[in-house]
Amino acid sequence: MARKITQTRKTTVTVIAWIIGFLIFFPILWTILMSFKSEGDAIKAPLAMLTSHWTLESYGEVQERSNYLRFFMNSVVISLGSTILALVIAIPAAWSMAFVPGRRTKDLLMWMLSTKMMPAVGVLVPMYLMFRDFGLLDTRTGLVVVLTLINLPIVVWMLYTYFKEIPGEILEAARMDGANLRSEILYVLTPMAVPGIASTMLLNIILAWNEAFWTLQLTTSDAAPLTQFIASYSSPEGLFYAKLSAASTMAIAPILILGWFSQKQLVRGLTFGAVK
Amino acid sequence: MATAHSRTAARLMVSPAVILLFLWMIVPLGMTVYFSFLRYNLLTPGTSFAGLDNYYYFLTNAAFWDALVNTITLVVGVLLITVFGGIGLALLLDQPMWGQGIVRVMVIAPFFVMPTVSALVWKNMFMNPVNGMFAHIAKALGFAPYDFLAHAPLLSIIVIVAWAWLPFSTLILLTALQSLDREQQEAAEMDGASTLSRFWYLTVPHLTRSITVVILIQTIFLLSVFAEILVTTNGGPGTASTNIPYLVYAQSLLSFDVGGGSAGGIVAVILANIVAFFLMRMIGKNLDA
Amino acid sequence: MGKITLTSVRKSFGEVDVIPSLDLSIEDGEFVVFVGPSGCGKSTLLRLIAGLEDTTSGSISIDGQDATDLPPARRGLAMVFQSYALYPHMSVKKNIMFPLKMAGMDVAEAEAKVANAAKILNLTNYLDRKPGQLSGGQRQRVAIGRAIVREPKAFLFDEPLSNLDAALRVNMRQEISELHQTLKTTMIYVTHDQVEAMTMADKIVVLNAGRIEQVGSPLELYRSPANTFVAGFIGSPKMNLITGAEAAKHSATTIGIRPEHLDIVADGPWQGVVGLSEHLGSDTFLKVAVAGMEPITVRAGGELNLHHGDRISLAPQAGKLHRFGADGKTLA
Repeated sequence: MARKITQTRKTTVTVIAWIIGFLIFFPILWTILMSFKSEGDAIKAPLAMLTSHWTLESYGEVQERSNYLRFFMNSVVISLGSTILALVIAIPAAWSMAFVPGRRTKDLLMWMLSTKMMPAVGVLVPMYLMFRDFGLLDTRTGLVVVLTLINLPIVVWMLYTYFKEIPGEILEAARMDGANLRSEILYVLTPMAVPGIASTMLLNIILAWNEAFWTLQLTTSDAAPLTQFIASYSSPEGLFYAKLSAASTMAIAPILILGWFSQKQLVRGLTFGAVK
Repeated sequence: MATAHSRTAARLMVSPAVILLFLWMIVPLGMTVYFSFLRYNLLTPGTSFAGLDNYYYFLTNAAFWDALVNTITLVVGVLLITVFGGIGLALLLDQPMWGQGIVRVMVIAPFFVMPTVSALVWKNMFMNPVNGMFAHIAKALGFAPYDFLAHAPLLSIIVIVAWAWLPFSTLILLTALQSLDREQQEAAEMDGASTLSRFWYLTVPHLTRSITVVILIQTIFLLSVFAEILVTTNGGPGTASTNIPYLVYAQSLLSFDVGGGSAGGIVAVILANIVAFFLMRMIGKNLDA
Repeated sequence: MGKITLTSVRKSFGEVDVIPSLDLSIEDGEFVVFVGPSGCGKSTLLRLIAGLEDTTSGSISIDGQDATDLPPARRGLAMVFQSYALYPHMSVKKNIMFPLKMAGMDVAEAEAKVANAAKILNLTNYLDRKPGQLSGGQRQRVAIGRAIVREPKAFLFDEPLSNLDAALRVNMRQEISELHQTLKTTMIYVTHDQVEAMTMADKIVVLNAGRIEQVGSPLELYRSPANTFVAGFIGSPKMNLITGAEAAKHSATTIGIRPEHLDIVADGPWQGVVGLSEHLGSDTFLKVAVAGMEPITVRAGGELNLHHGDRISLAPQAGKLHRFGADGKTLA
């Protein structure tokens, strides 16, 4: 039975929550609004800016300056590629750790997560030199490999927590029903794990899309993803607010939309199964 | 509990991930260790053995200590804001209200914004002393605009990073709050516990586990904040906003000093391991792996 | 077609012997129940037969063929799990058909078998539903359906009724018994509930701490338990076990008498005071305090008018007294 909530209280909470939510969201909203302004209007005081006329010209200018689509495609290829590769490696690993745990499983998981604690700068130099020597600098392949490796521990961990929730008896039932390892994974485990795999995948795409250490260090132009596209606005182009806003909107829109649509699945993924 | 047959299969299946991560950990790290003992600059040909010189120069460089303090300040500052702000926001969002879904969507949004974008937007459109939003507001109120990134660079970066991470802690803590046992709350109410003591004795202990998760995951990412600094202050003015990752980057890729940068990298790894050691113990106790 | 023999089977997890060496033979077509308190190793024993666990030593043969190292899929057994272990993403029909699909059976033939199983189990109208949309009893039937379509050499049941409510449990118990009569296939059934064991089994195997305490038909175990453990475990309410001076009179360490074998008489050997009386309508259970003895449970007629504090006198029925030695074993 829900308790009776007074209307005043609910109204107060609503007003406060909306104000705070709006403030947190404001920088993004403002960026989006400003992207539809001309350069001259964008630097006007906020109220004057809002009432000035709307235009798409900034988007056109951004596209002229640098080919958005190329950066976008690089981001897509790199984040999808590294996510899929990480899943291919992580699914069997997480499967075996969840369903055939040994005495060392917990240590192994902790160790995997601890590789994530190793600061990227610690290996920046050799990675840079290796990439240079193998001709991987500024290639999508190189970035896919690096992002796969840095996100692998998180992917394994997330999948592990999801798989852990699948009752072992079901897999035993499949074994009793005559399924071999392949059919067990294909017909029973995978379909049951799809929601978990999907949210792991989503989170990893977001992490890879927004990864801004290796993508900035190891690319210059050919394989440069959207993080690099935006970084090129750091100065002095950053003072052209409308163009900066248009470029920013284009860089974040795909993932923002994806994130909003999948926020429910994401939350569980984000908590690494630690919060039910 | 399983059969030997499935155990063998399990080992085979876990090995690619383990081998890859092991290589990823050991090969570049080994190379970093090796370089850190060399006099090795990309601009001058040839290398020679340098002993501990690189470490000596890196650790005695005033910039290192500044960077160390900045790194810690950054991590702790962001953690404080996001944990306390997150608890507050989570408690607020857990109340009945109209349009909760929309508020939630607004609050979660910063998490999806890539660091380069959030840093540039804040830097130019909000913190810019001439045309930024804050400057406009200050002028409207009759104050002189403040140049945040020039005068309080580290604090500004903390604000930017905290803004990006606040949704994460809020969402996790909100999820935890929603899983609070209502019957337990009601039982406490029947036992005569006030709202405050219920919060303190029931809600807070319930949240501890989630706070641990927030701290662990955020620390992992906060220790390596880089893009925000690169596009806003370039570590400056001076070393006022240089953290260790940025210092190593500057040393190795801006000064082309591979040896020095590597020594710095190893120092960063050692420091991270100290932090990791404590965090892992904390999380290991809290996470039932 | 379903004779299962265990020879010197031993199972240990690390240092702990869950099952010290054990021999057991299960005849074709028998309904065998493994019963014992939780942690007695009965589920482990079932899983060893299923092949879900490796034996540490010893051998298991099915139909005279050594199956010790066969994977579960190749043993030709079917199992019904405690949690039912239905595949939540598959419809009832697909669940039941899964083992046939794994066996590579022709689709039309498989569908016919599923339809037939569904008819036997009253599931015809639910074939397109997902397990999540079914009640506990229906899920149980699906799990059984999935087992029977395979026409296994033997069925293994791991506490299949423990998740059902009391009324449904009685129903399903009868259905499983009827199924056994129809199929005449070997069934091995694990439970901690001695009522299930008594009502369903051809042969009961009483397990305690991984050891077999006694094997026999329900009535054999009831009439002549081999030791105090079996005596206390089989029968409800429990057999009264009495030690001390009263036992010594019968030259035993412990004597046992079932509540239903005590008569309330005018002048019996045991005088006591009624502590608690539970009136069930059909029966009355009395807890009686007798000086110098453990509290005694008595099963009396339904409409008996006795209450707390009443003094009564009890007499054990002739020949129903069990005598046990110092080692707990029944004395001849």
